[in-house]
Amino acid sequence: MIDYTSASIDFALLGPEIALLASAFLILVTGYVKSLGKLSPGVAFVGLVIALVLSLNQWGNQSSGFFGMVTCDDFGSAFKVIFTLIAILTLLMAHRYLSHKSLNRPEFYALLNISTMGMMVMANSTDLVVMFLGLEIMSLPLYVMAGMARRSPESNEAGIKYFVMGAFASAFLLMGIAFVYGASGTTDLRRLVTDYHYIVGNFKLYLYSGVAMILVGFGFKVGAVPFHSWIPDVYEGAPTPVTAFFSVGPKAAGFAVLLRLFVFGFAYIGLLSDVFWVLAALTMTVGNIMALRQNNIKRMLAYSSIAHAGYILIAFAVGGDSAVSAAMFYLVAYALFNTGAFAVLVLLETRTGCKSDFSELSGFSRLHPYLSSVLALFMFALCGFPPTVGFFGKFYLFSAAIQSGFIWLVVIGVMNSFVSVYYYLRVIKVSFFDQPQQTFVPVTYSPAIIVVLLITLAGTLGLGLFPQQLLDISQSAIFAFL
Amino acid sequence: MTEYLYLIPILPLVGFLINGLLIGRIPRPVITLIGCGSVALSLALSLSLFFELKALPADSRMIEQVLFTWIVSGNFHVSMGFLLDPLSAVMILVVTGVGFLIHVYSVGYMHKDPGYGRYFTYLNLFTFSMLTLVLADNFLLMFVGWEGVGLCSYLLIGFWYHKKSAADAGKKAFIVNRIGDFGFLIGMFIVFWQVGSLNFVDINAMAPAAFIAGGSLITITCLLLFVGATGKSAQIPLFVWLPDAMEGPTPVSALIHAATMVTAGVYMIVRSNVLYMMSPDALFVVAVVGALTAIFAATIGLAQNDIKRVLAYSTVSQLGYMFLACGVAAFTAGIFHLMTHAFFKALLFLASGSVLHAMSDEKDIRKMGGLKKYIPITYWTFLIGTLAITGIPGLSGFFSKDEILWKAFSSDYGHPVFWVLGFVTAGLTAFYMFRLVYLTFHGPERMDDETKSHLHESPKSMTVPLIILAALAIAGGWVGMPHILGATNYFEHWLEPVMASGRNAVDTHALMSTSSNAGMEWSLMVASVGLVLISIFVARMFYNKKPELATAWQKKMSGLHKLLLNKYYIDEIYGAVIVRPTVYFSLFLWKVVDVVLIDGLINGVAVVYNDLSESLRQVQTGRVRTYATWFAVGVVVLIAVFMRG
Amino acid sequence: MVPISAYLIVGVALFAIGTVGVLISRNLIVLLMSVELMLNSANLCLIAFSRSQNIMDGHAFVFLVLTIAAAEAAVGLAMVITLYRNRETINIDRFNLLKW
Repeated sequence: MIDYTSASIDFALLGPEIALLASAFLILVTGYVKSLGKLSPGVAFVGLVIALVLSLNQWGNQSSGFFGMVTCDDFGSAFKVIFTLIAILTLLMAHRYLSHKSLNRPEFYALLNISTMGMMVMANSTDLVVMFLGLEIMSLPLYVMAGMARRSPESNEAGIKYFVMGAFASAFLLMGIAFVYGASGTTDLRRLVTDYHYIVGNFKLYLYSGVAMILVGFGFKVGAVPFHSWIPDVYEGAPTPVTAFFSVGPKAAGFAVLLRLFVFGFAYIGLLSDVFWVLAALTMTVGNIMALRQNNIKRMLAYSSIAHAGYILIAFAVGGDSAVSAAMFYLVAYALFNTGAFAVLVLLETRTGCKSDFSELSGFSRLHPYLSSVLALFMFALCGFPPTVGFFGKFYLFSAAIQSGFIWLVVIGVMNSFVSVYYYLRVIKVSFFDQPQQTFVPVTYSPAIIVVLLITLAGTLGLGLFPQQLLDISQSAIFAFL
Repeated sequence: MTEYLYLIPILPLVGFLINGLLIGRIPRPVITLIGCGSVALSLALSLSLFFELKALPADSRMIEQVLFTWIVSGNFHVSMGFLLDPLSAVMILVVTGVGFLIHVYSVGYMHKDPGYGRYFTYLNLFTFSMLTLVLADNFLLMFVGWEGVGLCSYLLIGFWYHKKSAADAGKKAFIVNRIGDFGFLIGMFIVFWQVGSLNFVDINAMAPAAFIAGGSLITITCLLLFVGATGKSAQIPLFVWLPDAMEGPTPVSALIHAATMVTAGVYMIVRSNVLYMMSPDALFVVAVVGALTAIFAATIGLAQNDIKRVLAYSTVSQLGYMFLACGVAAFTAGIFHLMTHAFFKALLFLASGSVLHAMSDEKDIRKMGGLKKYIPITYWTFLIGTLAITGIPGLSGFFSKDEILWKAFSSDYGHPVFWVLGFVTAGLTAFYMFRLVYLTFHGPERMDDETKSHLHESPKSMTVPLIILAALAIAGGWVGMPHILGATNYFEHWLEPVMASGRNAVDTHALMSTSSNAGMEWSLMVASVGLVLISIFVARMFYNKKPELATAWQKKMSGLHKLLLNKYYIDEIYGAVIVRPTVYFSLFLWKVVDVVLIDGLINGVAVVYNDLSESLRQVQTGRVRTYATWFAVGVVVLIAVFMRG
Repeated sequence: MVPISAYLIVGVALFAIGTVGVLISRNLIVLLMSVELMLNSANLCLIAFSRSQNIMDGHAFVFLVLTIAAAEAAVGLAMVITLYRNRETINIDRFNLLKW
């Protein structure tokens, strides 16, 4: 067992975070020196790789320190690996895009690493206040990254919208934490679990209203309806690599915290299953229906990311280790094929005057048969067709739900994925079957983005054929904290 | 040899990979060699495994090859494994055999097409998916194949994607099939939930204990699986995509939309015959849908003028026969008809492809006529196919259709009404098929001179497959002769082990041993053959004899001309009373029921969703304060819910 | 002694005022102030709870929150300045290029 009150100041527990922070500071110090500015992406990359190695090393190491503020377990380590991988993929696809749009400034890389570090802090704690701190460390850089393109009104607008809604949501989160603290006298999830009879008995009102507001705060991050409305605007307005990062990174971090909170911490609140039932059904339905009539692919993918969050929320309604490991599986799967799809968009937008409208895709397949097939494959994965990993993500989730008797929720889920086929296939239809309106400007590749495409492609197909390993890992990660 | 079972699907996959990755880099002869060669090797391997299986004693004819464990999650275990038993052996022979012939045919048919390499890539991918579907040892792997063939069907229907109609047809097929898949998936989940396994061998062994026979759960499961089958096999109400699917190249129509993929639903039901035997209600629904589809599609076939559409409706109708057979628990008969149908329908489609080839892609039979002397090989093979499908004694279609009709009448699950529906359908089939033959190959030449000057017989690579298929369409039925003719029904014996577990599930061994009422069987057989002959005669009157006679008599003498006119009136009255209403009714079915109601329903759902999407989008005003308001409303509701709980 | 409920009522009331401020203010600066008000009302609740239960954690958290709020205000004001440069307005309702 882990000693959760360990006072030891063990910096090894924070290794990955320290690596990221150090690299970010190094960039901020050296980045604006003329001759060293070009090194920023490299520094960020090295920091991320070190963080990745350190996170992998933490696997299997279960310990706690800093008076229980930092808890290292397999669940957290697994998520740290996911976050660093996402950040590395983002970095690889961002570099040339940013240069092309004259946005290639050092602070982007520093912000990316700090934000990733915030996610790690979130996933690595069982304390509400540290989770809040992590959320803010993650979010503040994200607001800036959304508004990176200072001259673009859309990007400005995305930044301010994200900021206003984000600050609004964190206020609720903080109020929720205050109320839970008021009910229990602690912010440590472990103590909330052990003392829950006493807390529910005496301070039910504080606890419940606090939990409701905490749910709002993190529900905002994952884009649960009705806290989703910022997503389409921010995703559309932000520079595309940043959108790619938004759609998987903060979302995974939000879900990591939600899993800790609602599958472990507050699991004894019987009402939660029904609340999540409704949230899941609403989220996937609204996301899918809104996605149907979009003309911009980025915006369509934004709504689709809401829909996918809805599928994952099914696991919260269901509960139990098979559903939770399915949710974790789904997160990784989604991160893979969604990043892949965005990588293709990044490539397409690295041509002058492209905004990722559907109509721009016509003629794509004739000029780029391979790249368009790759995009088609990611679309199939988003639909959930075998043999891509998207199929197994849905399959595990739905079968876990069926086994626990959530038939109607699964029916809604399956119907929704049926609806989603329409708009995903539209991408394929336009790029393969439509007559080009104007000549399709050829895409030029860069080695980095080819690496991104290969990794996401290999993951989407490889895990689709052999999903077992990933499921094993997510199961053992879940056991670490359940 | 059995350890090489996995190579049967893998070989076409290798062909797909080579052709697909090197598309545009390798010359056509190499594409042809890889495309056809991989399927030929599969066929050879299938044949040798078939004989190996045949050498085994009847009750041990089952080879399961588990390649590796695919997914384990708690008690959920799925292996990547192939199952060769008498049923899948028949299927792989049909798929690789007919598939190989169609590959060869395509070499000639597609030789001018710029998408030659792409075509063979898709075709190999299809063969791989279809073989995975039939060889899978569990539902999940079968579903992978199921989706794979759906994808290939979509790609191949829209092969000429520059034609809007082709791209639309592809999309329609895909979307309609997804509705079916939805049922299939849920059915599969329930099977797993109750049985705890998706492996067919396990399900056969454990389903009787896991489900209550005749209970509502097993019925729901079977019906959900059947929804999947109606999508893939184009049954009421999901058949609408198949006629449109004719936009694809003709060999594709022959392979995917006649011989193999569309029969996947039948195969799936036969494969899960244990489940179906436990639910008489589900069987009844299958039989009703099958019988109604058979007659419904046949009447529509009467009114069509597009040669491929007639064949498409005929396919729907024949698939209805197969489901009728399954529904009366005559699974063997269903598979038997599946096999013979694969032969003669592939033949008919390929021959029609040869006609189109000669006719410069003109599909309207009203603009054909008299083609017999220009393309004799096509004519004779088409005629053999037509005789087979109409059920002329001695040809393959006769044996399988007759068995289905007899089982529909005599099986414990059967009913005379089913027989009547099947019987009438047989008559209608004979009528429209011969109408097709007469209008296409006989009578005056109605094509324009330009087309006429180009008329030519197809190359060897097309005619040789036609001849082989014609031979199969004649002889393919001889393995399953009825008992009353004094022959042995090898086919029934061969599939016996697969069906035994289904019968044991309901523990009524005497169920299938229908009282051998030979007299009744004879008379029903004679009746259906008689009806077929009459229908052929009527078709000949209408579409061949009458116009010629009329013009001839008119010239010779005006006295008899009146008589003839009277006769003509009789024909008119006859036509007005019987044919015209039928034509109008089938036009009604086609124009109103099919186009308005069923298409309308499907499009309607899409429109509703689109409108919903359009109006919901307005909520996303772009103003932060609106978003914050929604947010706050959500918070208030959530807190209120928590406060009450 | 003033009961804890009194502090809480003030805290929740301030929070509600802040929420309404976010919903109705068109001026971005006022909006930012409203958000600060919400965060600080949460601080008030934290302190009240901390005092009533005689544990000091709550006080420490307040300092943490103050720091975060300062960082948030810094980012927010920087964005407002950028926006004003580009659009010459800080009326939040005018920023609706991205919609539907």
